[in-house]
Amino acid sequence: MKEKIDTKVKKIEWSNMGIIIALIVMVLFFSFSTATFLTPNNLANIARQISIVGICALGMTCVILTGGIDLSIGSLIGVVVVTCALLMNKGVNPFLVVLVGFLIGAVIGIINATCITYLKIPPIITTLGMMISLRGATYLISGGMPIYGIPEGFKILGQGSIGIIPISMIIMVIVFIFGYIMLNKTVFGRRIYGIGGNEETTRLSGVNVKKEIYKIYIMVGLLGTLASLILMSRVNSGQPSAGDGYEMDIITAVVLGGVSVSGGEGRLSKVIVGVVFMGVLANGMMMLNINEYWQRVVKGIVLIVAVAVDIRSREKKAKLKTA
Amino acid sequence: MEQNILELRHITKLYPGVAALDDVSLGFSRGEVHAIVGENGAGKSTFIKVITGAIQPTKGEVVFEGKKIEDNSPQKSMALGITAIYQELNLLKHLSVAENIYYNRYKKKRGLIDFAALERDASEVLDRLGVRIDPKMLVKDLTVGYQQLVEIAKSLSQNVKVMIMDEPSAALTNNELEYLFEIVKTLKKEGMAILYISHRMEEIFELCDKVSVFRDGHYIRTMNIEDTTQEELIRLMVNRELNDTFPAFVPQRGEKILEVKNIATELLRGVSFEAYRGERLGFAGLVGAGRTETARAVYGADRILQGEIYIRGEKTKIQSPEDAIKHGIALIPEDRKQQGLFLNMSVKDNISFVYASKITNGLGIINRKKEEEICGEQIEKLTVKTPSMHQFVKNLSGGNQQKVILGKWLLMNCDIIIFDEPTRGIDVGAKQEIYELIDELARQGKAVILISSELPELMGMSDRIIVMAEGRISGELEKSEINQEKILELASKAQEVLA
Repeated sequence: MKEKIDTKVKKIEWSNMGIIIALIVMVLFFSFSTATFLTPNNLANIARQISIVGICALGMTCVILTGGIDLSIGSLIGVVVVTCALLMNKGVNPFLVVLVGFLIGAVIGIINATCITYLKIPPIITTLGMMISLRGATYLISGGMPIYGIPEGFKILGQGSIGIIPISMIIMVIVFIFGYIMLNKTVFGRRIYGIGGNEETTRLSGVNVKKEIYKIYIMVGLLGTLASLILMSRVNSGQPSAGDGYEMDIITAVVLGGVSVSGGEGRLSKVIVGVVFMGVLANGMMMLNINEYWQRVVKGIVLIVAVAVDIRSREKKAKLKTA
Repeated sequence: MEQNILELRHITKLYPGVAALDDVSLGFSRGEVHAIVGENGAGKSTFIKVITGAIQPTKGEVVFEGKKIEDNSPQKSMALGITAIYQELNLLKHLSVAENIYYNRYKKKRGLIDFAALERDASEVLDRLGVRIDPKMLVKDLTVGYQQLVEIAKSLSQNVKVMIMDEPSAALTNNELEYLFEIVKTLKKEGMAILYISHRMEEIFELCDKVSVFRDGHYIRTMNIEDTTQEELIRLMVNRELNDTFPAFVPQRGEKILEVKNIATELLRGVSFEAYRGERLGFAGLVGAGRTETARAVYGADRILQGEIYIRGEKTKIQSPEDAIKHGIALIPEDRKQQGLFLNMSVKDNISFVYASKITNGLGIINRKKEEEICGEQIEKLTVKTPSMHQFVKNLSGGNQQKVILGKWLLMNCDIIIFDEPTRGIDVGAKQEIYELIDELARQGKAVILISSELPELMGMSDRIIVMAEGRISGELEKSEINQEKILELASKAQEVLA
C-alpha cells in the first residue's frame, strides 16, 4: 500500500514536468530558428511583456483556486489605464493618480465580490458582465481616443531598468514572492485552498467565506491596478484598448501552470512557468513573423491542450486512487 | 396458494469482513403490501439492491414469476416490471410532469415529440392514481410529496408488477401521507406486489398485510400483521446482545454549560434542551427527525429563526460557525467527506486548519515548526495511521479520516463538543477508540453531545437521551429510563400525538 502511494506521487510529479519540458523545447526552438530571440534586448523585452500578465496571474490564481474565474481583469486594466492617463493628462499629481487607480481597482473587486457572495451570481457571469461594462466605460472615459501627456518621470515604471533588469520585472518578482508566502504560509492562503477544495468544510471550520471572497477580489483589483500602471508607463499613453483580451492570456497562463479550474489544486511556483511560457510563445511567434491572427489560433489551442492535459492527469490520479 | 411473483432464495451478500445478508429466503405475492423492517445496517438496503440488480449477491438467486433472473441489472429488473422508489427522487426537476413520466419513451410525430399525446397519456396515468396534477407543471414547482407521486406514476406507466418503496413517508406531510396510503391501497387492488420499507410503526400497521424483520444481515421472520404487535416487532428488530463494548463510565454532572430555549429553523419547531459539563447527552430519532438540524443550529451552521441560546448562563448570539467556535462549541459533522475534510489537502493541513490562526507571527505567517509539532502530537495521540503528516487525507481509511477531524477539534479545546454520527462507516477498532475519546472528553469536564442512529451505540454512550421526531423533542430519558423500546416508541411518535 505504501509503495503504491509513493509511485503515485512520482507519477504526478512527472506529469507536472510536462510544461517545463515544453518551455525548454520552445526556447531552444526559437533560439535556433531566429537570430533575434536570444539577445539581451529581446529577453528584457519578454520580461517587460510578462510582468503585466504575471502580476495579474497571482490574483487569477487565487480566484481559480477558490473555484471561480475572473473575466473582467482585462477591462479593469482598460478602465484604470484610461482614467489614470486622463488625470495625469489634466496635470493631477501622479501620486494622487496612483491612489485613485488603486481605489478603482479595489471598488471593482468589491462589486465583483458582492455580486458573487450576496447576489449569488456565478463568478463567470458576474465578471463577464463586468468585462463588457468596464470596456464600455473605458471607451466612454477616453472618448475612444488614446490619451497622451503622461509625465516623463512616470516612464520609469514600465520602461526603466536597474542594470539590464527591467523594473517591471522586479516588481513582478516581488509580487510573486509575496504571493508565494501568502498562499503557502499564511492562514489566508490555507483558506483560499480550503474554499476551492471544500467550501462547506471551510465554512464549518469557522471561516467567513464571504469575507475571504471579498479579500480575494479586492486583491485581484489591486494587482490589476499595479499591472495597469506598468502598462500605461510602458506604452506612455492611455489606449482605450488597453488590456483587451488580457484575461485570456492570464487565465491560459494560470491553467497552463496546472491550477485546476474546478478549484482547490495548483501551485503558484508552476503558474510562474505558465506565465513565462505564454510570454515566450507570444514573443517567439512575433520574432518568426507569424501574423497576429495565427498567433491567436495558437494561443487558443494551447489553452485547450493545457486543460485537456490537466483533466487527463486528474483522471489518471482518480484511477490510481481506486486501483 | 398462489405462486409468489417474486422470490429470493438463499441470498448471501458478503463484503470484506461482513455479511450484509446471510442466507435470506423470502417470497412476495401479488396484491400484497409487505413491510420490511429493521434497524440501520440490518441489511434492508442491500436486500433491495439485490432485487433491483444494483448489486449482485455473492450466493443465491432472485426468481421472478417462476423464472430465475439471470445477470440481473437495474435495466433488466425494470424491464421485467420491478421498480424501486427511493427517498432521493430520480426526477428531472426542470422538465414537466408528463415529460418525466414518459422520459425517454416519448411518442413522436414527424420526428418531433408529440406533446399532445404525451400529456394525454400522462393524464391517464395520473387519473389511475387519482392524482390531480397538471401534467404540464414543472416538477420543481411540486412539493416533495407530489414529486413522489410523479415517481410512482412513472413506474405505473411502465407496467410495473413489483414496486419497492424505500421510506416513502420520510419527507411527507400528514396530508400527503394520507394520499400516499390511498394510492398504495389502489395499487394493491390492481394486484401489484408492494415492498414497503419504513421505520414508522403506525404506518406499517395501517397499511401492510405482512411484515418481515431483518436484523444484522439476517432474515428473522415474516408475520401477518394482525398476528403481531408493535412491541413484538421492536423487540425482534433490536433483540441484540448488548455486548459490553462500551467503556464503563460514571458521569460527573457539572455546571450547566449550554441551554437551548425554543429554537426554530426551517426544520425545527421549538427545540429546548440543556447540556452539562461532564455529561454525555445523546440525541435519538429517525433520519430527518431534526437531530442534525439541532446540532447545526446550535453551531450556527443553519439560520435560527427564533429562540435563544445560553452558554455558561449568558445569552449568546450564534450566527455562524465562527461565533460558535469563539464560544467553545465544536461540531464533528455527519458527512465526513462533504463537511469535515479537505480530501486534497494533507493530514497536517486538515488538522491545523482552524488552529493555524493561533500560531501565526505578526505578519500572519504560520509557524511551521510549531504546526508540525502539534499535528504530530495529535496524530500520535489519536493513533492516526498515515505514512506521514504530509499524506493526502483522501488516501486514508474512513476511521483515520474521522480521527483527523477529531484532531482538528481537540486542538481547539472546546467545552461543548457535538458528535454527529461519529462512527458511521468506521471499523470496530476505530469505533472503540472514538468511544474512549468521547468518555475521556466528558471526564475532562466537557459537555459531549452525541447523535447516532445506531441505538446500541447511543444507549451505551449516553448518560441522558433526548428523542426527536418531526423537528421537535418527543421525549427525554434519564439513564435509568433508557431502553430501546421506549426510544423507538418516542422516535416514531406522530405529530398529532404531540400537539
